[in-house]
Amino acid sequence: MQDLLWLVIAFPLAGALVLHFLGRRIGEPRAGYLATLAMAASFVVSLVAAWPFFGGEAEAYRLVMWEWMPSIGASFELHWDPLASLMALVVTGVGALIHLYAVGYMHGDPRFSRFFSYLNLFAASMLALVLAGNFAMLFLGWELVGLCSYLLISFWFTLPAAAAAGKKAFIVNRIGDVGFMVALVIVFGAFHTLSFSGVLDRAQDILDPSTATAIALLLLLGAAGKSAQIPLYVWLPDAMEGPTPVSALIHAATMVTAGVYVIARSAVIFEISPIAGPVVATVGALTAFVAATIALAQTDIKRVLAYSTISQLGYMFLAVGAAGHIAGMFHLMTHAFFKALLFLGAGSVIHGLQNEQDMRRMGGLRKQMPVTATTMALATLAIAGIPPLAGFWSKDEILGVAFARGGWFGFLWVIGLVTALITAFYMTRQFVLVFLGEPRWADGAHPHESPRTMTIPLMVLAGLSIIGGFVNTPFRLSLEHFLEPSFQGVDLAHPSDDLGTFLLLAVLSVGAGLAGAAAAFLAYNRPTELWERFEASFGKLWGWWQKGYRVDDAYGAVVVAPGKKAAETAAFRFDLGVIDGLVNGIGRAVRALASRLRPVQNGLVRSYGLLFTAGVVAVVTWILVRGA
Amino acid sequence: MSLVVTPGWYMTLAAILFVIGAVGILTRRNALVMFMSIELMLNAVNLTFIAAGRAIGSLDGQLAVFFVLVVAAAEVVVGLAIIVAIFRRRQSASVDELADMKG
Repeated sequence: MQDLLWLVIAFPLAGALVLHFLGRRIGEPRAGYLATLAMAASFVVSLVAAWPFFGGEAEAYRLVMWEWMPSIGASFELHWDPLASLMALVVTGVGALIHLYAVGYMHGDPRFSRFFSYLNLFAASMLALVLAGNFAMLFLGWELVGLCSYLLISFWFTLPAAAAAGKKAFIVNRIGDVGFMVALVIVFGAFHTLSFSGVLDRAQDILDPSTATAIALLLLLGAAGKSAQIPLYVWLPDAMEGPTPVSALIHAATMVTAGVYVIARSAVIFEISPIAGPVVATVGALTAFVAATIALAQTDIKRVLAYSTISQLGYMFLAVGAAGHIAGMFHLMTHAFFKALLFLGAGSVIHGLQNEQDMRRMGGLRKQMPVTATTMALATLAIAGIPPLAGFWSKDEILGVAFARGGWFGFLWVIGLVTALITAFYMTRQFVLVFLGEPRWADGAHPHESPRTMTIPLMVLAGLSIIGGFVNTPFRLSLEHFLEPSFQGVDLAHPSDDLGTFLLLAVLSVGAGLAGAAAAFLAYNRPTELWERFEASFGKLWGWWQKGYRVDDAYGAVVVAPGKKAAETAAFRFDLGVIDGLVNGIGRAVRALASRLRPVQNGLVRSYGLLFTAGVVAVVTWILVRGA
Repeated sequence: MSLVVTPGWYMTLAAILFVIGAVGILTRRNALVMFMSIELMLNAVNLTFIAAGRAIGSLDGQLAVFFVLVVAAAEVVVGLAIIVAIFRRRQSASVDELADMKG
């Protein structure tokens, strides 16, 4: 059955091609259902192919589809192990639900079928990334998901903000990709191959710590670009200009987790380096904290979730940096459930309020949108880390790993704990502002519950957000045993086995979550003037948070403005002045010479005759004189 | 004493004819007259060909003359046709007025 693994990629790819060429003829809504079907088929194939792993099979399966550049270990080969299967299941499973949701969300869009063609292309690219058996194919998928992200962020390209956001995402990702590419070059220089089997299995023998550090830090740069970590996170909030299903699929559940996946996949290399792990963990913890504080003050419902995603990705980086790769992958999975749910719920609200995204003009929507409100409430509790929902188990495992490592990681654990409190606060703030309190909608808004195609995915994801955490509780470590074969030879960090320690950490983190949630509830479940006064009481700090610490402005001044200046100098000084000047100068010289010579050609035949005669006389004279 | 006509005489005559033709070209404005001047110059050259050929006992000179005659005849046909066409259009054959294509 695993021979048919290629179907996992082939289904969405075929869907993308069919919809690209025949999409208009297939029409709405069948194009959407076709794309959903392709994803569902891909999910079923993944599930069947992953079945042996559930049964305890540990042997990774390799399938070479065709040779590409065999001499450097770059072929179209699939690598199917528990880690890849988990990613594939998340991508296809959550992806299928989001595709279904998009059928309702994109209703009436003139480029309906094109949207699903892009979505399917994205899914195929993402699956190529996670199933890749070597770094070359992984990089191919890595770039393709970046392309799809660009296409989908600027899907409504007639809006200037959407077009700009697409460009920003693409360009910021380029910076990270340079790091990724250089890392691959170093890998090839050290191993003379790019295949996982050739690199990861031999890394312990071949790599010295300094080379490993270089590779790991460059991979981190690439991962920071794709997974929106400090310092390259600035593209993700702007990416919210894309349609909401895109935000849910690409910018919450799947693509942005590619960085975490790459670090987990290259765990061996990170382990050899003495500093790479702590650096990754520090970047993650800082990002988690900074993004959470920014999320506090956002007023756009999707931007809250965008910063929240950055913050949660920071947790995953903290985990994989602390060698808690399984904890990181666990949080990746649960986060895919509840963050996709949050985005889809936000999309449902936006849809119901005719494209209103400002939370200050929402409020009281629980009566009009009961399904959305209930599922969003569950997701909010899940991300806030309230047991027994999914987020509690995965977040606690990450914090447990950091606590168990101690030392510097103990400090990062404190940051993580504080971030958990802030997370609970801003998520509850969002929920209260949107669903509780008095209605503050614009006049003429008629909020309504979304259609079935949108609410069914919400309900399924809500179910997953409730039970998703039970795959890996301290009492039953199923996911741990499932993933362990993928991390053979890696010294994995685990939370303490001690039940007392677990309970102590759980009490602390749940306490932080409850405190944050309660504070937000008390602060915001009041009349509008009161919570506005509450926000104003923070003074300047609130403005800093609202503007994201002005990082965009700083990047604009430090990077973008000099870049523009250099481009202008090159274009208007050098190109117009020097290059064009040279060309125009030659032209002008020819013209000047010509205007001097022009009077000779005066149109009088007799003057030509005179010149001709004079010429003949001159030539003859010259011949005679020379002959003499 | 008998007057001996040497090739030099022919050459002198040809040179005189050639100069008359050249001066005609340079001084006259009427295209028809300029045309006749050209014919004069051509025939002056023909004369030198024949005289020189005779002097060195070669038929090459006469051969060249036939070429010149043929080319001149063709030239006359084309040239006169052009002059007639221009005259019909402008009621004048003055070449100084034909300066439309000057630079």
